[in-house]
Amino acid sequence: MSSILKVSSNPHVRSKDTTARIMQYVVIALLPAAAFGVYNFGIHALLLILTTVATTVLAEYIYTRCMKKKSSIGDFSAVVTGLLLALNLPPMAPLWIGVIGGLFAIIVVKMLFGGLGQNFMNPALGARCFLLISFTSIMTNFDCDAYTGATPLAVIKSGEGSVALTDMIIGRTAGTIGETSMIALLAGAVFLLVMKVIDLRVPASYILSFAVFVLIFGGRGIDGTYLLSELAGGGLMLGAFFMATDYVTRPITKNGQYLFGIFLGVMTGIFRLFGPSAEGVSYAIILGNLLVPLIEQVTRPAAFGKRAVRKGGKQA
Amino acid sequence: MSDIKKKTQSPMAVFFNGLVKENPTFVLMLGMCPTLAVTTSAINGLGMGLTTTAVLVLSNAIISLLRHVIPNRVRIPAFIVIVASFVTVVELLLEGFIPSLYAALGLYIPLIVVNCIILGRAESFASKNPVILSIFDGLGMGLGFTAALTVIGAVRELLGAGELFGIPVINRALAAVSGLIGRAEPLEYVPISIFVLAPGAFFVLAALTALQNRVKRKLEEKGHSADKIQSGCSTDCAGCSDSGCARRFMDVDAAPGAVGSVPDKSEDKDKALRDGAEKE
Repeated sequence: MSSILKVSSNPHVRSKDTTARIMQYVVIALLPAAAFGVYNFGIHALLLILTTVATTVLAEYIYTRCMKKKSSIGDFSAVVTGLLLALNLPPMAPLWIGVIGGLFAIIVVKMLFGGLGQNFMNPALGARCFLLISFTSIMTNFDCDAYTGATPLAVIKSGEGSVALTDMIIGRTAGTIGETSMIALLAGAVFLLVMKVIDLRVPASYILSFAVFVLIFGGRGIDGTYLLSELAGGGLMLGAFFMATDYVTRPITKNGQYLFGIFLGVMTGIFRLFGPSAEGVSYAIILGNLLVPLIEQVTRPAAFGKRAVRKGGKQA
Repeated sequence: MSDIKKKTQSPMAVFFNGLVKENPTFVLMLGMCPTLAVTTSAINGLGMGLTTTAVLVLSNAIISLLRHVIPNRVRIPAFIVIVASFVTVVELLLEGFIPSLYAALGLYIPLIVVNCIILGRAESFASKNPVILSIFDGLGMGLGFTAALTVIGAVRELLGAGELFGIPVINRALAAVSGLIGRAEPLEYVPISIFVLAPGAFFVLAALTALQNRVKRKLEEKGHSADKIQSGCSTDCAGCSDSGCARRFMDVDAAPGAVGSVPDKSEDKDKALRDGAEKE
């Protein structure tokens, strides 16, 4: 048959974006935060990052081999998972923490549910929560050579002592490897926004709703320093730009994404202000991930030419 | 309910049916509440399993004896009264003689009354079969439950606390290994404490069920039919697409004049329905 007459099925317009390309952009965007973490916390942080990434990639490779499936490590998603997980670990955590977390993220959260695109929860965050519940004392011990004592958020929560806002924005504070530097994270986020890997719907609604929640319930009135330190502290920036925006585990619909962001903001606020621990970003995002199917159902847009779908998408 | 005799059922076959083929935990997925809640250690799982077994054997025996006496319409309340009596007896005995286990199991002992394994067996087996068979069914189901709970408890205890029946086996093994390789300071196991918490119960149950399914499939490949279930169904409930069994049950159960024979929605009831239907 001549090629002129050959009609292929859609899509007819293809973009050059591939999964691997997008994941590589995310890795690049995370590098400033990772580099700052290594500079800030020392060589052990680098070892931890390398161990975790190696574990996730190897785990995915071995799993696909054992299950006689096509190897999927070429799409770089395992690297992103490993890197995100490592950036969520305390700098002096023993290396085996990274190994266990990496195995759990890839095998239990991701591959058992069918691999990339099928996981119902962000693998890195699932693993972080697994580690946090299993090894609480290790995962909440942020002492290292450079810093001792509580993280800025814990200081704010206890109400004793004060935090230096400039240090928090630059990142010279205690915390997990990748969460401390607001500047490095924002640099990566801007890169992702420019490359159109992510858009602002989820992060902006997340951060704004969190800010509003803190202003209302924080009990300190309109206090710019307090608000900024809540925004710069903890994993909010890392979570909002790099984990809540995960294609697989955020809603597809536009309105759903706003709803998702607002839910995350409110939950993070509740966890931080009223919960027992100082940080709540990872639990908030995981809870949000679980609600995504419901959010998508509620916000399903009307098909072209049909009347708007009423509540719950009853009209099929 | 009419008494249906099946000539092929020997006591031993019924016993192994409960223990392996229709294992209440891994195959029927019954009694999930105690399974998930009390299996924080092997000894708790064993205790819970044996307690349930005792109640199950006794209640199966009595219900089977009374199967011609209990009117069909009030059978569920009647079963519950019988089960509750035995649970009370067992609870008081445990409190008196094994107070540590009583304390560990706590609320879950009285909850045995509503354990769906017990009600399920009463409904689907004891109310239709003679006493000896019912006792063996209770024993098989109970011991199957006990084995499952003990294994789940053992895995959770081993991973979540590094112990097995209270003995720190992992640390002892590590100490021996450290001695061999000449480490002055023995290695120490850091327990993965999520496994003694609620999420760990789900992880272990899922992993063991998957393992069990794999073994079953391997057996089938070798020609042993592990899937053939006693109650006459061609497949286990999970893979059953027979939506008609509820309707057929209504015909079976609708004795002249019976009013409220609405089929129950729960799974064990469904199986009971199917039992009745197949045998009729």
